[in-house]
Amino acid sequence: MNAQQNDTPILRAEHFTKYLTGRKILDDCSISMRPGDVKVLIGPSGAGKSTFLQCINCLLEPDAGEIWLGERKVDFKNTRELYDLRQHVGMIFQEFNLFDHLSAERNVALALRKVRGMSKADALQRAHVELARVGLEDKAKLFPAQLSGGQKQRVAIARALAMDPTILLLDEPTSALDPELVGEVLTVIRDLAAHGMPMIMVTHQMEFARAVATEILFMEAGRVIEQGSPEELLAPGAQTRTQDFCTRLYELCGDVDSAQESRN
Amino acid sequence: MRAERRRFATPRKTSPAGYPFHSHPGSTVHIFSTIIEAFPYILEGTLVTVVLVAGALSLGFCLGVPMAVTQVYAPKPAAMLVSFYVWFFRGVPVLLLLFLFYYGLFGLMGLDIGTIGASCIVLGMTSAAYQSQIFRGAILSLPAGQLKAGRALGMTDLQTIRHVILPQALRLSIPGWSNEYSILLKDSAMCFALGTPEIMARTHFVASRTYEHLPLYITAGLLYFAITMAGVTLLRRLERKARIPGYSNSGM
Repeated sequence: MNAQQNDTPILRAEHFTKYLTGRKILDDCSISMRPGDVKVLIGPSGAGKSTFLQCINCLLEPDAGEIWLGERKVDFKNTRELYDLRQHVGMIFQEFNLFDHLSAERNVALALRKVRGMSKADALQRAHVELARVGLEDKAKLFPAQLSGGQKQRVAIARALAMDPTILLLDEPTSALDPELVGEVLTVIRDLAAHGMPMIMVTHQMEFARAVATEILFMEAGRVIEQGSPEELLAPGAQTRTQDFCTRLYELCGDVDSAQESRN
Repeated sequence: MRAERRRFATPRKTSPAGYPFHSHPGSTVHIFSTIIEAFPYILEGTLVTVVLVAGALSLGFCLGVPMAVTQVYAPKPAAMLVSFYVWFFRGVPVLLLLFLFYYGLFGLMGLDIGTIGASCIVLGMTSAAYQSQIFRGAILSLPAGQLKAGRALGMTDLQTIRHVILPQALRLSIPGWSNEYSILLKDSAMCFALGTPEIMARTHFVASRTYEHLPLYITAGLLYFAITMAGVTLLRRLERKARIPGYSNSGM
């Protein structure tokens, strides 16, 4: 990656609108990422957070809106530009979506070989580096079904990082995990944030969001209705929808860390 | 075939050398001498049957996989074309298809590929229709996240289907495929109607000349049974070997 001016957005998603089965799921949503940005999308279930995220790398094609990679507008109707965009934008899923028939190392190596055209040996070597980065170098030969949820999610993170993404999208990365496994995944994500990896994350881990996020976007009914730093939105007496939502999460579960449990 | 016709022309009037009794149809000696004498001939038919079924299954596989992929992923017109193909080959009896192609279409196209070739192609095209649906079911049973994950890494849809979807779907297809194997093997008996020299045709040929219907057809039945068992056992072994470590395929 070349050194970028801090004021040039590395990725912009502008005025996204998306209809699914005739319903407007996204209504004029925008987000702009600068180097080192960690933005957290929060909001009630059905607010369009996951849809927004999946539109950014065109897993769902937005019905209206523009995607800019740096200075370049991406024409996502053009398959070459689309595949190129997806290489720049890594994605972590709630359900991990590891390739079940491949061992951890091959999960990481597959796209390196097929997309980057690396040799098998080089790809596996890179896979081991990435697995070591998430603390799983000793699990390289194991298959997804032999790993715990937390380990699976860390393999998924290693798989995304191996493609040298410009930015990482995380769609509720800890929501499908047992509570005692959440910590190991959050540690990896926190570490990435500390190293300046730009991230957009959908999460209900408010304590984590508050600690790591540079900005919180609160979504409701397909719109971003509040946007600001955690300090602004969550300041005592800020009277924001964000704070109201977080208070309700508190009340429901007693503490924020178990907020995600209430969803299951 | 001509030499065989002489061999099984009529029940022997005189006892063959080494047989102490004069034998006639229905006697124990005649039954055994007929089976012993006919066995190598019918066994050759077994080879034809095996080649026929192997060829048809391979053709069905090579056509069935792309058909399944087309039906699931391709735009509607292409998917509908496959649906029409499946609808046609599943809707018409195999025997009729054999006649339709061998006496009808192949003749019209000036294609002279012999009875074995014709049987192989017709059975293969029929099997493709069934196999495509086995593979389609397996593809649809995979979580949608697999394709998404491949796409999110920048792989093309074709790459994802080839390296992520199919390796998993084909594993899931083995039990259904083993079923298709055993059905196709028995369907191959219908090729005798074209004069394809497989087990059934040869057995029928010997039986009609020696009048030992019961013992001969029992022998043929046992041969079919043996090939079925062998194939199904092999596929079972393949299923175990291809199992993904740590992954429970038992449904429990």
